[in-house]
Amino acid sequence: MKLKLTTLALSALMAAGPAMADLVFPSLSYRTGPYAAGGIPFADGYADYFTLLNERDGGIGGVMTKLIECETGYNTEKGVECYESTKGEGALVYQPLSTGITYQLIPKVTADGIPLHTMGYGRTSAANGEVFSNVFNYPANYWNGASGVVNYLLELNDGDLKGKKLALVYHNSAYGKEPIRTLEELSAKHGFELSLLPVDHPGQEQKSQWLQIRRERPDYVTMWGWGVMNQVAIQEAANIRFPMENFIGVWWSGAEHDVMSAGDAADGYKALTFHNVGRDFPVFNHIQKFVVDTGKAAGAGDQIGTVLYNRGMYAAMLAAEAVKTAQAIHGTADIDASMMRDGMEALEMNEAKMTDLGMPNFGPSFNVSCENHGGPGLVGVTQWDASSKTWSLISDFKATDGDVIGALIAEDSAAYAAENKIAPSCK
Amino acid sequence: MPDQFLFAVEVFINGLMSGVLYALVALGFVLIYKASGIFNYAQGVMALFAAMTLVGIMDGQVPFSHIINSVFGTNLHHFGWHVPALLAILLTAGVMVLFAWLVQRLVMRHLVGQEPIILFMATIGLAYFLEGVSDLMWGSEIKKLDIGLPQGGSLWIEDMTAGLGGDNFYGFFIDNLDMVATVVAALLVTGLVLFSQYTKQGRAMRAVADDHQAALSVGISLNFIWVLVWSVAGFVALVAGIMWGTKSGVQFSLSLIALKALPVLMLGGFTSIPGAIVGGLIIGVGEKMFEFAIGPMVGGATENWFAYVLALLFLVFRPQGLFGEKIIERV
Repeated sequence: MKLKLTTLALSALMAAGPAMADLVFPSLSYRTGPYAAGGIPFADGYADYFTLLNERDGGIGGVMTKLIECETGYNTEKGVECYESTKGEGALVYQPLSTGITYQLIPKVTADGIPLHTMGYGRTSAANGEVFSNVFNYPANYWNGASGVVNYLLELNDGDLKGKKLALVYHNSAYGKEPIRTLEELSAKHGFELSLLPVDHPGQEQKSQWLQIRRERPDYVTMWGWGVMNQVAIQEAANIRFPMENFIGVWWSGAEHDVMSAGDAADGYKALTFHNVGRDFPVFNHIQKFVVDTGKAAGAGDQIGTVLYNRGMYAAMLAAEAVKTAQAIHGTADIDASMMRDGMEALEMNEAKMTDLGMPNFGPSFNVSCENHGGPGLVGVTQWDASSKTWSLISDFKATDGDVIGALIAEDSAAYAAENKIAPSCK
Repeated sequence: MPDQFLFAVEVFINGLMSGVLYALVALGFVLIYKASGIFNYAQGVMALFAAMTLVGIMDGQVPFSHIINSVFGTNLHHFGWHVPALLAILLTAGVMVLFAWLVQRLVMRHLVGQEPIILFMATIGLAYFLEGVSDLMWGSEIKKLDIGLPQGGSLWIEDMTAGLGGDNFYGFFIDNLDMVATVVAALLVTGLVLFSQYTKQGRAMRAVADDHQAALSVGISLNFIWVLVWSVAGFVALVAGIMWGTKSGVQFSLSLIALKALPVLMLGGFTSIPGAIVGGLIIGVGEKMFEFAIGPMVGGATENWFAYVLALLFLVFRPQGLFGEKIIERV
């Protein structure tokens, strides 16, 4: 009887817990709250790619993937709760899609030995892998974004920005303030005048900021916004008849829902990107066939090809490729979080690999290393066409100012290392 | 005239316009508080719900489609028709009346005689419930709201005033939508005043506001009056939702516009319709002028906190707000 009970209890435990061989990817998503419009397509893209791998390929290296979704509402406390409640499930990597949550998770993931991937957000100086051993922010970070804006403007102005005025409209939070230091350095280097215009959460009311822009008439405006702040800013820019082609948002201010509510007035608005846009890639046909048409899509299947869906799918693809790298390094398909970290640190993405995955020219080619967890920081520019309601990539993925950014990363990561008594090293 | 002075005038005018939009939200709070003594925490979410319902009806969206599709395996999203804006507004107003009836029937009726804090807590619950229902019913993606209201700065005003200043002055910027909002707010307040002064139901509303017991003793139905008040507050929420939703698209953050109404209420008083308007104007002008004059010196983004500082300053000298009823308790 005792043996039967023990067997029963063990069976129940096995059934309740994850299968040992599953590759577990927690998705700290936000499908509710003020930032849900951005959180939903990203979470859908992230989930659908792993579903595709399971349905089409039987997982990664023969091991099925398992997604554990946890709702954060873009709330830092909830994000930390989600981390604590899922890390014991065999989590391989976290991608919280929130700079606030990222800052809280950095010490936790480092202590727990789980990698954290903050693609295009989070703490920029985490690109220094010698200090931030478990944090990765390839293929680009905020400072690449700031430099990407300036490089693009240099191109438009024959390499000379002296006497030009650039205004930064930013979300008054840790996220929005990230590019300021870089832009100040670049302003000193290139001789343009920088003005800073903070917008408080959520950004529903921006009359003062745009009246100031109307008074000061900057040549260009760049925006670090998220959520409703983006829609209001684009509408206000249209209201004061600011030329849309001179208004450039960071990649978190350049999705379809950011421009749709302004209608035709948003035509010509630009945004940075570190991956391609649209649904003209073979991988989306696979997602349609194996995921959407079989009723296994995370959402309604109507977000495929939108900017943030693509980004979520790209994030999942990079995680999957890191798993393959880790499996090759360690000679086992059943990897754990520390092996995943090794895989991420040795990740190599090139065009041939991307083409094989059904994503030709979808993102830049890059290699990750211990010294550089941030990748090459290549940045492209997209533009919105209001008539066809599509974003188009209007530039190649180009290098950003490594001298300025590298120095800032070294300075900030050194300060973090001193503060946290970390001896920089490569494992 | 010096450009800096003209810029200040422009900020002042735009502050007035913003104040009108704040007042639109504050009005809903005042109506319910005045009639029932309840501080309706759900007023902002009601604006969101009303605006989402309006867009949903206009676009012919199937409500609760995600649930229906999940349960029945269907793929329903739209009915395939487009409802004209005016009809959609009327239908949405009907939905808000139904909502008012449900609130009264299912929540408030059971809490008659409870402490105000209990009623307040009930509205917090109502706010979160309505927030979830809105998402379930219409989805949480951002929706464009276009009922034909004009947007963008008025070119006529710009041209007419451009000559007032030097080369750096381009004429006053005044948003067409803000001007429409001002006219609508004026009509709304006039309508509310006329309704409460000259109609039987309006007088009954005022009687209930003055003294519940006395109103009951002369045969006024508290239940009916509260449904009426919640319906009117729902309509005001719809108007606020239309104005704010046209500016930013209809999405969750609309519910946060209630935060803009709080300093207005503190300043204008919780029981006065004119107080909501005057309070809105003072807050709008005050925060915009402070941002214009002092903001650049302190790093900007002063509006959110300065509105509350301004309201607190008024409270020090007039705790009941500018137009609130003075509380006199005799022992």
